[in-house]
Amino acid sequence: MRLFAKVGEASKYLALVGICVLAFSIRLFSVVKYESVIHEFDPYFNYRVTQFLTKEGFYEMWNWFDDRTWYPLGRVIGGTVYPGLIFTAGSMYRILHFFNIPIHVQEVCVFTAPLFSAFCALACYGLVSQARGPGAGLLAALFVGMVPSYISRSVAGSYDNEGVAIFALVNVFYWFVKTVNTGSVKDSVLCVLAYGYMVLSWGGYSFIINLLPLYCLACVFFGRMTGRLYVAFAPLVAIGTAMSASIPVVGFNAVLMSEHFGAFFAFVVLHVALLVGYVRRMLSRKHFYVLTTLVLGGAVAAGAVVASAVAAYVGKSPTLGWTGRSMTLLDPTYASRFVPIIASVSEHQPPQWSSYIMDLHILVALAPAGILACFSRLTDATLFLVMYGLTAVYFSGVMIRLMLVLAPAVCCLAAVALSDLLYVICGSLRCRPLFSLFPSSEDTAAAEGDAGDDASAGGSGSKEGAAGAAGEEATPKKKSKSRKSGSSSSSAAAKVYALPAVVSYGLLGMVLVLLGLYVVHCIHASADMYSSPSIVLQSPRQGGGYYVFDDFREAYAWLRHNTHPDAKVASWWDYGYQTTAMANRTVIVDNNTWNTSHIATVGRAMSSPEAKAWQIYRSLDVEYVFVVFGGLVGYPSDDINKFLWMVRIGGGVYPEIKEKDYLTPDGDYRVDAAGAKTMLNSLMYKLSYYDFADESQLSTGQRGIDRVRGYQIGRLNVKLNYFEEVFTSQHWMMRIYRVRDQPLRDPHPRAAKKGKGKAPAPRRG
Amino acid sequence: MLAEIVKAFSDEYKKTPVRVKVLDAFLVYALATAAVQFAYMLLVGTFPFNAFLAGFLSCVGFFALTVCLRMQVDPANKEFSGISPERAFADYCLANLVLHLVVWNYMG
Repeated sequence: MRLFAKVGEASKYLALVGICVLAFSIRLFSVVKYESVIHEFDPYFNYRVTQFLTKEGFYEMWNWFDDRTWYPLGRVIGGTVYPGLIFTAGSMYRILHFFNIPIHVQEVCVFTAPLFSAFCALACYGLVSQARGPGAGLLAALFVGMVPSYISRSVAGSYDNEGVAIFALVNVFYWFVKTVNTGSVKDSVLCVLAYGYMVLSWGGYSFIINLLPLYCLACVFFGRMTGRLYVAFAPLVAIGTAMSASIPVVGFNAVLMSEHFGAFFAFVVLHVALLVGYVRRMLSRKHFYVLTTLVLGGAVAAGAVVASAVAAYVGKSPTLGWTGRSMTLLDPTYASRFVPIIASVSEHQPPQWSSYIMDLHILVALAPAGILACFSRLTDATLFLVMYGLTAVYFSGVMIRLMLVLAPAVCCLAAVALSDLLYVICGSLRCRPLFSLFPSSEDTAAAEGDAGDDASAGGSGSKEGAAGAAGEEATPKKKSKSRKSGSSSSSAAAKVYALPAVVSYGLLGMVLVLLGLYVVHCIHASADMYSSPSIVLQSPRQGGGYYVFDDFREAYAWLRHNTHPDAKVASWWDYGYQTTAMANRTVIVDNNTWNTSHIATVGRAMSSPEAKAWQIYRSLDVEYVFVVFGGLVGYPSDDINKFLWMVRIGGGVYPEIKEKDYLTPDGDYRVDAAGAKTMLNSLMYKLSYYDFADESQLSTGQRGIDRVRGYQIGRLNVKLNYFEEVFTSQHWMMRIYRVRDQPLRDPHPRAAKKGKGKAPAPRRG
Repeated sequence: MLAEIVKAFSDEYKKTPVRVKVLDAFLVYALATAAVQFAYMLLVGTFPFNAFLAGFLSCVGFFALTVCLRMQVDPANKEFSGISPERAFADYCLANLVLHLVVWNYMG
């Protein structure tokens, strides 16, 4: 009956709305547990640029030269940032303020990522409905809305490129697959616009511009080449290249770097294939064969000439034309050999097996089943899903950060597998003579993989279970009359699908339990693991409740209010973005890491003895130096643990710094009495452990025991002649020192502290 | 036998409708313009590169879009039966609008 068809449609849209609300709210745990604050390091830079955009305007931001970072070099913001995220948040801010809704720009930034994860769920629904049907689409939307791997980079507060870029990625794929299915140029234009947005948002667009040519070549190779594929791909390459070249950060790389050559090659191959097909249609067979043999020789020669020209061009560059970032993905050992800065970032390490289970849960098991299900009824769209899954699996194995690109792929594949399974179960439940008026269910003559944009009650019914099967069998009968497959295949299909009732109910129950386990796991992962802002720390107290460590913001606020606005602050590059955003002071190096020798200079200063470091900092006009120290409270990600990277990066540029000088004769890295002399004399050691012995005796009763390293430090009595402590936060997690104008003449610095210094050093804790 | 093949091809080609032949003429024009721009670049040098790229990509994009339109309008083509020629032409205009906006912005 038509009413049930309408109910089916309405319940599908209701389910979509519910999935969007779910995807948005599961990411709000950090706001509930802590507060609405920007997390981590990189989001602070994006936040600062968004503030600048909303205050100064579009053209000012586009042409901005930032002189408050990388002193004295500065940074061209317009040319080195992917502005998609910032423009998105800026437009949302403008629209809200146009309607007189006065939301602060920080709130807009914090909630951008959850909003776009809801959109990503919708895009996944679209993609999988094109491939298999609306039922599978709903499952895919549910999986993507909750998968922990995506949650980890898009919680409320994680204001980073991936928050919008994953939506843009799936969006491009959705419009591409839709164009391959319909062949309309309007869809192709929308695909091009979606691709433009993707290039604006993230450097990961090179994944798209290499996956789509691979798919085109696979289609041509497997004989699936149609005119619709050309309509989908050729305008994308032509207009897409022009669009990506218009964005300054990509610029001429769009035609000069090897990442894009695959697209040009596939473009040429597609034209050749089309031409061959056209000529074959126009000529008779005999003529065609003769022409082929004549042309083939000439074509091979021309192809060889072009190939050698490209090879010569590419061979001139040491990385064969690929950019540094792409090289680290193609060759996993590249970074550790040539670019230690890229190798030192924790999210660039390869993932362990446990992180696959933790981040993807049951989808890890369902995705291979999805690949098989895609092959069983292969269409252009399902072939694309398979290729997306396989390439994403390779890249996720290289870097843990790219598990994020894998997440939508496994969600789509798992949804296809689960949808097919549910279809079999529910179809056989309908077959039972007790419940249905018709002995064979004609709706099992399923869509042979045709474009599933028609909302079928059968499709959504299969997702919702067999409970309402009795009332719905009239609808499938009406729908099946309009299907193309005949009744003979339906009776044959009915024989195959009719599982016994007990088995069907059991399987259905197991599937529902599995989905329930997945939901519970995702909520647990989101609430407990991925919601910490890492700028505020919590630890559980004995009587319940939490003890909050807010040292970082305390120290940045001190810097902001107690130092001269033009003061230069030096620290390790991890904290650069936070310092410019929260403390609003000029920094020497920050997380952009575009200039390795500048970072190496800071690394050299931190590893040198005090006098040498003082000279280096004076030459850079630095007034304040700070270190992060976790030894008093047991915070493990402090600068002493990162110190060997400073030595390695410094040693990469300044050969007098050798890593083995800082290790014990056995090759261990220690800071106790057995530690190397160079280590105990370095500036980092002194700045971290200055006055630590007395403080640890007062607070914990154990003199000089470092709670992170777990032993007593080597040199208890640390004296500083060239630096002066000006601030230490409450739990000693951030320690700020001032570079003295003249070194102390008095060798006992304690006596000099009484009258000097800009502010007394408050000791707390 | 090559002359024979060419004659057979041109005989077959005369049977195509006039509107498709007009589109084929546009294709030849786009290719010729692209070749002229490329030759000019080889003679005179690549500065400013963005202007050359904008002009060249405009020709390539126009070529690709016209091939799409030709495929959709050609009555001998069965796979686009769901799209009427008027709808195909409207989509073609929209796509050209987007292409030329992007190219104009990039030309500088």
